[in-house]
Amino acid sequence: MTMDTNLEKTSPARGFRGAINRRTVLDLALIAVGIAAFFIFPDNLGFMTRVLIMIIMVLSLDLVLGYAGVATLGHAALFGTGAYGAGLFAVYISADPLLGLLVGAIAGAIIAFVSGLILLRANGLTLLMLSIAVAQVLQEIVNGERWLTGGSDGLLGIDMDPILGIYAFDFIGRTGYWYALIVLIVVFIFLKIIVASPFGLVARGIHESPERMRAIGTPVYWRLVGIYTIAGGIAGIGGALSAQVTELVSLESLGFALSAEALIMLILGGLGRLYGAIFGTVIFMTVHHTAASIDPFNWLFVIGAMVLLVVYFVPEGFLGLPQKLRKHLGLGK
Amino acid sequence: MSVLSGILIDGFSYGMILFMISVGLSVTMGLMRVINLAHGGFALLGGAAAHWLTTGIGLGYFVAVPLAVLMTVLIAIAMERVLYRKIYQFTELQQVLATIGITFLMIASVNYLLGSTILAIQIPAAFTASIDLGFRTLPGHRLVVIIAGLLIAAGLYVLLERTRFGIQLRAAVDNRNMAASLGINTVKIYGLSFGLGAGLAAFGGILGAELLPIDAYYPLRYMVLFLVVVAVGGMGSIAGSFFAAIGLGIIDTAARYIVPEYGTIFFFIAMMLVLTLRPRGLLGKA
Repeated sequence: MTMDTNLEKTSPARGFRGAINRRTVLDLALIAVGIAAFFIFPDNLGFMTRVLIMIIMVLSLDLVLGYAGVATLGHAALFGTGAYGAGLFAVYISADPLLGLLVGAIAGAIIAFVSGLILLRANGLTLLMLSIAVAQVLQEIVNGERWLTGGSDGLLGIDMDPILGIYAFDFIGRTGYWYALIVLIVVFIFLKIIVASPFGLVARGIHESPERMRAIGTPVYWRLVGIYTIAGGIAGIGGALSAQVTELVSLESLGFALSAEALIMLILGGLGRLYGAIFGTVIFMTVHHTAASIDPFNWLFVIGAMVLLVVYFVPEGFLGLPQKLRKHLGLGK
Repeated sequence: MSVLSGILIDGFSYGMILFMISVGLSVTMGLMRVINLAHGGFALLGGAAAHWLTTGIGLGYFVAVPLAVLMTVLIAIAMERVLYRKIYQFTELQQVLATIGITFLMIASVNYLLGSTILAIQIPAAFTASIDLGFRTLPGHRLVVIIAGLLIAAGLYVLLERTRFGIQLRAAVDNRNMAASLGINTVKIYGLSFGLGAGLAAFGGILGAELLPIDAYYPLRYMVLFLVVVAVGGMGSIAGSFFAAIGLGIIDTAARYIVPEYGTIFFFIAMMLVLTLRPRGLLGKA
């Protein structure tokens, strides 16, 4: 069974204090890497900012899939709604970035709540199909309302005000990078708290056995809707960041390809541990970036092979590699 | 009136294409319980092979098409042996991911061998001519597609209801373990039906090349369509795929004629309605 290898998953929650004590060293190391990257790769700020934004989206997917066990191929619906919400807010009402983040979060959460009511009644293939359908329908609506959203040309004309009135966005992307990094750190801390809380345990319980959760009185459906809504808010924040930093929102932010890529990134990294989202996204996007610049046509070979290798040989993803290696080399457990 | 008949004819032929490509997926999903997102790849392989045989080598259409279908079937059976046997054991999510990975490899291979432009298939002149049915003329190609689709549907019916293979297949779909304990060689049935489904997908892809142009990214672009047809029709049900394909084909075509700005929205809304009311699809057995 998985009891030995998933100590983190089966330990009792220790609430707020528990979230801070465990793994704090790794967290600090990751933050240090994030800060250092700014100085080590000053010419790649745009790319690295996109990585940070994708990490937020994949973290939100991890909450839904890794913790609550809901398999969805429509996560872009939540991300893209946040993007368009924040983008439209910036163009028509106010270009304040922090307010825009809030708008993106609320937009994502609302769409997640409404679609979750339908989606979470189903499971398996039906849920997968419905999740795809929701994203497609949203994409078609946005495409249809060209006058408002720019349709397939994308939403342009987003001109962000300085953050807190002080830090203006610049061409090179310095402000954008720090902005995204700080938002990511806040989101990550928030998720760690959620995941270690009783609410997070309920999610894991539902993942492992909905019937038993019902037997102890948990309103499974409504907890799932709640988790999905929170994840929607986080994905919406990611979308809002994307709109603000790139000053453009395109139809692709609601697209199936984005949902599929997020899923692949999460699996590459490993489900249900939050760190998997970080590693998986960094690995995938870095490979994509380098492979695409070497040979833009054949990088699909690389990705296809990577996905197959992970699914067939290391299903726990990158985070499961140390254990796999240890077993094969005969050390430790 | 002519708009209506236009919608019906185009919708019907579009539906036939969807049916031919999706029916194999419905059987695979109902029989092996595998969510095979790579199924569209077989349509791609068939179309790519047909393109290469007609344009690259110069074979005639009526020789190239069966040959292309045969090539796809052989590749599919090999893939089933090597890759899919392990996929049967996976969880749903792992199946989705594994088959996405396989799809990427298929796309990359076609891209590598034949490039990323549209792979046109030269159809014989007879197909492009307009045929006068008395009340309406229509392009010969549409008529061919409709007739082919009806023949395939009829052929599948005969196969399922009147042959030994058919009854074994139906038994395996209804209850795998019971069928195996009754002595039915389920492994062989899986392989054969996988190959059959792939062959039908290849055939549908080739015939449908006018409506759904074939290029290396074909599986990703249209995979959602085939999944929708299967989900709405019900996994494991050939009749379900037929009615779902026709119905969705007509709805989508009608929407494109009447409200083109909204594209495929009605297609997906129809799907959401059906799945919310009948989660197993119209005639689902799984």
